[in-house]
Amino acid sequence: MNEQDSPTTGSEVAQQGEFGSGAVRLDEGHVVGEGGIPDRFTNPGFPPHIHRGTDLDPRAARRAERVIGGLFLLSVLGTIGFVVAYFAIDKRAAVFVPGIGDMNALHLALGVTMALSLLGIGLGAVHWAKTLMPDEEEVEMRHPMRSADEDRAKFGEILAEGAESAHLNRRPLIKYALGGALGLFAVPVVLPVIGGLGPLPGDDLSVSYWNGEQEQDGSYPNPKMRLMRDPQNTPIRASDVTIGSVFHVMPEGLLDLEEGILEEKAKAAVLLMRLDPDDIKSQKQKDWGYQGIVAYSKICTHVGCPVGLYEQQTHHLLCPCHQSTFDVTQDCKVIFGPAKRPLPQLPITVDDEGYLISRGPFKEAVGPSFWERGSA
Amino acid sequence: MSTETYPSGRPADRLRDGDRPVAHAPSAAARKAGGVAGWIDDRTSAAKGVNYLLRKVFPDHWSFMLGEIAMYSMIVCLLSGALLTLWFVPSAGHTVYDGSYVPLRGQGMSEAYASTLNISFDIKGGLIIRQIHHWAALMFIIGLTVHMFRVFFTGAFRKPRELNWVIGSVLALLAIIEGFAGYSLPDDLLSGTGIRAMEGFVQTAPVIGSYLAYAIFGGPFPGEMIIPRLYSAHVLLIPAILVGLFTAHIVIVALQKHTQFPGPGRTNDNVVGYRVMPVYAAKAGGFFFIVFGVIALIAGLFTINPIWAYGPYDPSPVTAGSQPDWYMGFADGALRLLPGWLEFEFFGFTLSLNIALGALVLLPLVYTVLGAYPFFERWVTGDNREHHLLERPRNNPTRTGIGMAGITAYSVFFFAAGNDIMAIKLGLSINDITWIFRIGLFVFPVLAFWVTKRICLSLQRRDRETVLHGFESGRIIRGADGSFHERHDPLNKYDQWILVQHEPATPMQLTAEADENGVASPAARKDRLRAKVSQWWYKDAVNPVTPAELAAAHHDGHEAEALEAPLDYEGIEGRQDHAGGEGGEGADTDVKRDDESDRDSDVDSGIGSASRLRE
Repeated sequence: MNEQDSPTTGSEVAQQGEFGSGAVRLDEGHVVGEGGIPDRFTNPGFPPHIHRGTDLDPRAARRAERVIGGLFLLSVLGTIGFVVAYFAIDKRAAVFVPGIGDMNALHLALGVTMALSLLGIGLGAVHWAKTLMPDEEEVEMRHPMRSADEDRAKFGEILAEGAESAHLNRRPLIKYALGGALGLFAVPVVLPVIGGLGPLPGDDLSVSYWNGEQEQDGSYPNPKMRLMRDPQNTPIRASDVTIGSVFHVMPEGLLDLEEGILEEKAKAAVLLMRLDPDDIKSQKQKDWGYQGIVAYSKICTHVGCPVGLYEQQTHHLLCPCHQSTFDVTQDCKVIFGPAKRPLPQLPITVDDEGYLISRGPFKEAVGPSFWERGSA
Repeated sequence: MSTETYPSGRPADRLRDGDRPVAHAPSAAARKAGGVAGWIDDRTSAAKGVNYLLRKVFPDHWSFMLGEIAMYSMIVCLLSGALLTLWFVPSAGHTVYDGSYVPLRGQGMSEAYASTLNISFDIKGGLIIRQIHHWAALMFIIGLTVHMFRVFFTGAFRKPRELNWVIGSVLALLAIIEGFAGYSLPDDLLSGTGIRAMEGFVQTAPVIGSYLAYAIFGGPFPGEMIIPRLYSAHVLLIPAILVGLFTAHIVIVALQKHTQFPGPGRTNDNVVGYRVMPVYAAKAGGFFFIVFGVIALIAGLFTINPIWAYGPYDPSPVTAGSQPDWYMGFADGALRLLPGWLEFEFFGFTLSLNIALGALVLLPLVYTVLGAYPFFERWVTGDNREHHLLERPRNNPTRTGIGMAGITAYSVFFFAAGNDIMAIKLGLSINDITWIFRIGLFVFPVLAFWVTKRICLSLQRRDRETVLHGFESGRIIRGADGSFHERHDPLNKYDQWILVQHEPATPMQLTAEADENGVASPAARKDRLRAKVSQWWYKDAVNPVTPAELAAAHHDGHEAEALEAPLDYEGIEGRQDHAGGEGGEGADTDVKRDDESDRDSDVDSGIGSASRLRE
């Protein structure tokens, strides 16, 4: 039924302010005049059709025909151009495009000719449909989505009959055994997946290359390791670190690894900065540093991006991913952004030759939080 | 036989008596179709079904192309993606680059990154395919998003199409997951940083986080498993589900027939438009080529994701302005807005709600809310009828307002993901910007709802005024008494119909709270909330002009300032509804009533205030 034309009957106007009691339900109609004027406008039916220029004027139709044909021909030209460009243009050739800049000539030519080839077909077809194909709209009737009542009833009957004739209700053993089998059959598929996806983390997230190689008994040697420049892989003298400078640091030996280098880097990366010792507000920070040189984990405690931006003047470290800001003068406390915990500090000192070395590993897990990080 | 068909009244017709009827030979095209199609039909009896499909009528409206854009972009993605698999090596295995891109030559990198460089620089036409693939993916998600806007704001999701709305919501969610997986495959520095963040998200899952992360990555981050696994998800698992659901989406559209906008001749029982053969075959088929062509043109002119500029992934370096593709922006923005104090530590355990809420909860939450919306609206309106006519967004101000509020909240998250870029480009403090967004997340959607609803109501009032008073003709008429007024031309009935066709507002009725014996009805208590929400939904509703109102407007005689003067002719009940300045029933309409000659306000009454005219 046409919802607009649905005759609604009712004799009383629902009064404002009485929504609770007087408002009419959606299907109970609205407001009805009683004096012969219908309560709703009726659908006026289709307006008279207005013919297009191409329907009335043969010349316009011919013009449209030429345009359509021209567009299809343009497509052919585009395709030919694509083939020519593919073979003729060197893949390293560059071309300057105003407004865009230097571009790879082959890439540009292939893109534009391909677009011509496609747009010619598309625009031609649409223009054809709009100018020469029938433009009188046609009407198709809808039918309610709902099936007839007897069909719906029959559906239930068929199911019931099927269950009955299969003895489903009379033989509960089959029913429950099948239920159990169906409930469990996915296990052989799922188990190897769950079991084989990856190893258990163990204490892996809580240790890094700074802890040294794990011993047989599961403990770590926590050696003193030299701080090496990344990527030069050279040791750093304390005297090289001037106030305001920042070094990207890896533990000694990490950059020589053959395997698993990225995995180790992801936890062991360190930033080394030198501050005026008077600027440092935390005693622990001073103690773990060396003459104002401090080393902090470079891995953000938010979601693990490298904290790559160091503001020399303010001594702020900024994570470029989500803008967590750490204040190096306050033991890398979070002063803005979504991170909660400060960056872990690496205790350092110098060895006999004047190179900076670690005094042990990080005292907590680096990087993003995880459930059991505090208990490790 | 032929004699029966000719009228035998005219003498000339008798001459044809005894003529043998001409048996029309099938045309060449029909014979040919009979050959090929006949062979297939002999084996499938497909003719009937195909005939039905070819004769199917689709309504025409530009906004119905939005879904087509999504569909065609997806097909372009499938095509170009299939080509990319010919060269892409989904492996994190180490290799040294020796291709033709000089700046990276000799550098160690993953095979995935090296093969992507290879596609970009050494395979002729490889870069255009890669760029088409990326742009088509963006177009796909833009297309389906705007398509969802259209479906939402026109109420196309109402019964019987709730199911298709849910399928569409799942498709939208899958599309952005698919996009993220594909974006991560080249293993460049930018996308690698995205995976790094994703690993951080997974780690923060309560209790199982670290186990989940090690399961997904096959060990510590980054490992060598994530690229092949993302690849299998990106080219096999998700596309299979995507294509399956998309097929169901389209089949349901065909089954239910397309919705249409209201208009003269268009009813809830018919569908008015053009047949597939030939019009839509040409229009929709042609549109595929247009979408593909536009994508190819963009891909040729504008470089997206120049992975060679980022370098191979390494967990230590990072570039400033690291951002995901735009469709992940809202989740990234949420992460930037969530404050750090949402991380809690207790009994040695850490619960990072500052991350989990934005990274693990938001995405499923958004799409669950989206998918559930039709059921919420049905609960509010109690409307259980089939709807095949779309609503003009202004005619459902509350829904339109809710939609705009949702878009606004999304936009706040989205723009928050660019807070660093905005800070640099606009020279503002990133801290201020972040705080504006944090507060704006709660303020802007409410504002957007209110403003949108008011705009809708105003547009509805203007529609009413247009119907009641017609168009200003520009002709000034002097009356016999020397007065002047401008003549208003009435609308024709077809234009008028569009403005009056929609249904008046009808809020839910609260059932009596107690029966006649004073026994409280439990149903009433349950329905109280529903009735309250329904009242809120229909508050301030502006109803379409009724014939009675139009008659009253015309009755005034001037045909122009119809209801300016208080109505004083006989036979009208409820005169207070129309007396100028007295106020109609619509609570909101009283607001503008003080305007001395505000014509519409007099007739602009709220729910159920149609004039009851007895003539």
